[in-house]
This record gives sequence, C-alpha cells and structure tokens, in this order.
Amino acid sequence: MDGRRDTPEQAEFREYCRRWLRENRPPAPAFRLPEHAIEVMTEEQRTYLCAWQKKCYDAGLVGADYPKAYGGGGHQGFQRIASWEMSALGVPYMINVIGLGMAAPTILHHGTEEQKRRYLPPLLSGEEIWCQGFSEPGAGSDLAGVQTSAVRDGDNWIINGHKVWTSLAHFASWMILLARHSSADKYNGLTYFITPIAGAPGVTVRPLIKITGQTGFNEVLFEDAVIPDRLRVDEVGKGWQVAMTTLLHERGAAENAGSGGGQSVEDRLAALIALAKRMPRNGGTAWDDPVIRDRLMQIVVRVEGFRQVFRRARVGALTDHPMRIPLSSKLLISELNQDMAALALDIEGAFASLYLGDERAPDGAEWPLAYLNSYGITIAAGTSEIQRNILGERVLGLAKTK
Amino acid sequence: MTQPRNFGFGEDETILRDSARKFLADHAGVEALRRLVARDHTVAYESAVPPAPWDETLWQQMVELGWSALAAPERAGGLGMKMVAVAALAEEAGRAALVSPLVTALFATCALRECDTPAATAALRRIAGGEAMALAMTNDRGSWAVEDSDVAAAPSADGAELTGTACFVQDARKARAFVVAARGPAGLGLYVVDADAPGVTVLPDRVIDLTRDQARVRLAGVRVGADRIAAAGDAGAAALRRATPALLTIVAADMCGAGEWQLQTTTAYAQVRKQFDRPLGFFQAVKHPLVNMMLAVDQARSLVYNAACAIDSEPDQAERFARMAKASAGDMAALCSGRSVQLHGGIGFTWECDVHLWFKRQQHNQLLFGDAAYQRARLAALE
Repeated sequence: MDGRRDTPEQAEFREYCRRWLRENRPPAPAFRLPEHAIEVMTEEQRTYLCAWQKKCYDAGLVGADYPKAYGGGGHQGFQRIASWEMSALGVPYMINVIGLGMAAPTILHHGTEEQKRRYLPPLLSGEEIWCQGFSEPGAGSDLAGVQTSAVRDGDNWIINGHKVWTSLAHFASWMILLARHSSADKYNGLTYFITPIAGAPGVTVRPLIKITGQTGFNEVLFEDAVIPDRLRVDEVGKGWQVAMTTLLHERGAAENAGSGGGQSVEDRLAALIALAKRMPRNGGTAWDDPVIRDRLMQIVVRVEGFRQVFRRARVGALTDHPMRIPLSSKLLISELNQDMAALALDIEGAFASLYLGDERAPDGAEWPLAYLNSYGITIAAGTSEIQRNILGERVLGLAKTK
Repeated sequence: MTQPRNFGFGEDETILRDSARKFLADHAGVEALRRLVARDHTVAYESAVPPAPWDETLWQQMVELGWSALAAPERAGGLGMKMVAVAALAEEAGRAALVSPLVTALFATCALRECDTPAATAALRRIAGGEAMALAMTNDRGSWAVEDSDVAAAPSADGAELTGTACFVQDARKARAFVVAARGPAGLGLYVVDADAPGVTVLPDRVIDLTRDQARVRLAGVRVGADRIAAAGDAGAAALRRATPALLTIVAADMCGAGEWQLQTTTAYAQVRKQFDRPLGFFQAVKHPLVNMMLAVDQARSLVYNAACAIDSEPDQAERFARMAKASAGDMAALCSGRSVQLHGGIGFTWECDVHLWFKRQQHNQLLFGDAAYQRARLAALE
C-alpha cells in the first residue's frame, strides 16, 4: 500500500503525487474544516473543498482509474496510490465522497454509455455533488423495505416518497435513488435511478440536526417529482442488484474508493498518543496511568491489525473465504474509530466536558465531536449489527435472520 | 530492508501448510487426540504422576517430513525455511491441538540459531535429526524476562557446572535434552544438557492443558563440557532477546490455528443444533459472537504473518510486531475459548465435548512468554 509493491509506472506516479500534493496543498482556511466530507455544512466549506477537488482532478489525482472517455485518467491501479498519498499527507479530503465512492462505480458498472459520458466527468471533478437516496424513515437497515414509489408515465417516472439521513443532499445536483415500482415483490420490485436534486420541481431538501448539534445530513421529500426514463440505471426490477454494487463499494475496502485525504487512522492514533502524553492525571500524565496505557496499546494493536488484515486480504493463500475480509472493512474501521474517540474522552477526563467553541477544550473539542459523530458511521450503511448478520450469513453460512 | 508482498508466503510455504494440514487431519485428528489425552478424566487429573502421553511414531514421521529441521539453518542440517513457513506449521499444530514436542523444538531451534558457536550448531543438528529438545529459561516466579533464570553456572576446568531449577519447561518429559539459560559470572549463557545427565531431575507439573507436558527441571551440579556451551558469558541473553520475536510468533500462530478450529467447530454446531424451531445461528445473540470470533482470528492471524515476515525481512521491527501478534492472539484466544464453550451450551460444559481440549490449550498458550497485558506493557515501552 505504501509503495513497496509498485510497478515502475506506479512508483513514478506516486512520486508525482507526493511532489504535486506538497507543492499544491491549499492554505488552511480561517473557518473550521469538518473531519469528514459528510459533515460539511456551510457554503464557505463547500466552496473551499470543491475548489480543492477540482484542482486535484485537473492534476490527475482523482478518477485516475476511470476510462478517458468518461473524464478519467485511463490508468489501472493508480487511484489507490493517489488516495493513499492524499491521506498520508493529510491534505483536505475530496468533498464528493458519495459520488466517488458509490455513484461513480455503480454508474460505470450498470449505466448506459450516455449516462457514463454525461455524469462521470463532473462527478470526478467535483463540479456536481452527489448524494444517495437509499434510507427511509420506516426502513432502517432493511434496505429492501424501501417504499418511495416510482410510477411509470410514458417516457417519465413519477417519484413520491421520503428519504432520510441523506448526507450532502443540501449541496447535491444528483442523487442515486432506490425506488419501488412494484409492491408485489420485495426485492424484484425495486428500480434504480439517477435523480436531479438541486432546484428540481417536487424535490424538497430539509436539513436534520444531528446528535452533535450540527447539520450535514438531510431528509429529502419527493412530491410528484418527474424524471425521464433515460435516467433509469439498468433494467426495471434490477434495483436491488444495482444497489448491491453500490453497497459493495460503500461497505467494501476503502482503498478502492476514489477519494483520499482527510485524517488517516494512523494520524488519529498518533494524535491520541500525543494527547495521553500531555493530559494531566493524578499528578502525572494520562500516559503514566497503566490502565490508560494498556487501553492505548490495545488500540495500537488494532490499528496495526486493521492494516495487516487488509494486507492479508490480497494474498489468496492466506484467505479462507473471498468475502471474509472485504466484508468486514466497514465494521472494523467504524468501531475502531468509535473506540479511539471513547478512549480519548477518558484520557481527557474533566476536559472532555468542553465542547466546540470552548477555548480550553483540548484539540478544539475534536474528540468529543468525533465520539458523537462515530455513531453516525456505526449506524449508516447498515448498522454494525447488520454488518455482523451479513458476515455471519454470507461468510460463516449461518441461517438468515430475514 | 522492506517487507515483501504476500508476507513472503510463496509456493513452498503453501505446500508445507497444506501438506501439514492433511497429515495432521489424517494422523492427529480429534479421535486420535481423545485416545491420547482425554479418555478418562480421573487419569488426567487425579493420577499420582500426571500423564504425558504422546505418539513417538507420529513424531518420527514428522521428523521425516522435515518439520523438526524447518527452522534450523542449512549449515546445521536444517531446511532454513522462512519464519512465515514456521508460523504456518505452528498454526496447523494449534488447529490440531497437536500433542508433540514440535513447537518446543521450534523454540529451542530459534534460540540456538541466534548463537554462533559449534555447540549451538551441534545441538541444532540433533534437533533437526529428530531429538526432541526443550528450552529451559523461566524461574519459579513466572517471569518471562530473558535474564531472569534462577539456574547458576559456575565455570569449571572443562566447561561449567549448573545448579538451580528451571520452571515451566514445556514438553520436559518428551525432551532428550534441554537448552538451559543459566547465569554465570559474566552473565546469562545457554547450555545444552542431556535429560539423562547425572544431576538432572524432571519434576512434572499438574497442568490444566491436557495437550501439554510441563515440568520443573532441577539441576544439581550438572557438569556441562565446553563443547555443550551454546552461548558463553552473557551471549545467551542477547541470543534469547533476538529469538524472542520468533518465540512469541510461534505461540501466537498456534493460538490462531486453535482459534480457527474453535470458530469452525462452533459455527458448525450453530448450523445443525436447533432450538425454538431454528438453527442456533439464526439468532443474532449467537451469530454476532461467532462473527466477533472470526474478526478476532483474522486480526491475530494477520498480525502473526506480519510478525513472521518482519523476522525474515525487517528485524528492527520484529519485536514490536511480534508483541502485537501475541497480544492480539491472547485476546482472541480468550474470546474464542469463552464463546466456544458458551455457544455449545450444556454439552460444551462436559468432558465429552471436544471444545474443552482447545479451551485449555488456549488458556496455556495465553500465558506462555507473557499474556496480552504483559505484551502491551512491553509495547508501550517501545512507543
């Protein structure tokens, strides 16, 4: 992952990425930059991050593995290098995470030639932001419980329904939408669409206030919204299969997602250890407390374990079931981040009571914020409980809960 | 140096692993294991001298397969295979809960190959040729620090004279000889002592793990010739320190194999055993802990291969990675053991059910060379 297995072309590209990122890293903005793209809430944050993604795209660091005809770089095995280097240098993240991580691979796999040519280039460059319309108030992690309806009307579809927990919808031009065209069959009654959002008639986006007190995700209401049939992705009734492609990317190994940047888990670990070495406790520091030190080392082992598990996933002889490791990625990283944040609060002690805006809050209250936000990740895209069901059923072959 | 792709795990290692798995399934399966160690609980736990049964014919077959020579360098008649191969074999030993001096022989080999003396080479040659040899380095306080031996070495005209007791010596009754860590005027050295040498007494421990044989080895003025001093002066401490990553990795690999057995066996039970008209595995209260076992095994296995690979190609990182592997394996073993018994329900609590054999082996493995908390304390010192 860090260059030891590069081909000569990849090594050259990696060098280029490093040089370019060092020379073009944008100055830190005067305002607070959220830790993840899905927490972006203000116009100034959006403008700053979109400009950065465009710059990275123009330099060939985004969409590197997509065909040139669709605005990509036409390479193979370059994107994970660019993404890795972005994360390693801790540059700002790509704002269009849902577009890059979910919409783009789904459209590439299932979309028409016209859809690929129209939607992929501005998606990769960050000029058009994407959101994902899977979740609904009544469905929770039961994705096939989707009720939003799509009714055929000649060359159009009429959409009615209610999507929730829709990150980035307040900035989005487009949504990947899972809707029900038939109530007769839970799974085969679903169809997948590309849906216009910003300014589209019959579409209302309302921000939701998160547990953190911030906005960043939304509910999206469809009232007789009209979309043309050419925006349908794959065949009528194939929505479930297309959604599985999306989820494979959403839940799968993070390194294949087209986005990098932001704080890596290694950076957060280093910050956590630094925090322990400076927070006061019982006349010394938290680091001097053997219980804290033991818990920190548990995290150190898990972070290295996370890296090595995915290193092993690439060695056929050392993997027992092809999906055993890839399917566990989202579960592992989300719980690891949650446990790291929880430990940070224990390390901070009384100071963990201070929140955003308090000048005495350690690290600007990033840890309490991260702890609250961490529950978004252990719930979104299938809760940790659902992830365990999937692993138990698909990998261990246990009886299905459904 | 850099870490190679595939953890350095290539065709030779795959063949070794697969053939070991098949050989052990054919010759050391659960039935054989039960015949050997678990037939009767009164024999196991109530007899005057705890039994230490083992299949010497099977051991000879393993020697013929080259397993005792695996980790020894070629100059000492060994195969000089990479540490990932050694870890893969140890993993299979754990999967089978193998009763054999194999893992102990690998410990002794890893210590001896760090000593550049004719005596060490001669001892390595003996192990490679099939003489079981055990490492005797621990004191009666259960310390795992390499310098803490209670055996004293007094220099003599033709070598040294050893006095004291080495504790927690693995496979002591199967071993034909011991590699004894003993403290002399200059520091800790390593001495090769035959089990039948005058002054050697083996005092068997009663142990929880039925697949293990452990004893105290008492040395009363045992004379060791100069040609049996594998590491003189204080060279033994350095050799043991260099060997520590390998010792930890071998135990952790055994634990991963045992953990995978616990996972697979418990999963299989959850697929067939029905309650409330459903297979047990239907219930999330059963499904989720099984998945947690799987995730824990995967993390520990990955860290074991990483540690093995570092021993082969990145020695300055080896201790750090090996302690991570043993810490991770320790937590994994505790989880897998507890869940494997619990999820089997009532039958899991009986002597009749096989899971207790692996439970106890893991219990023993967890403490060998230091438990998870000990490893993390040592890790913190490296941060």
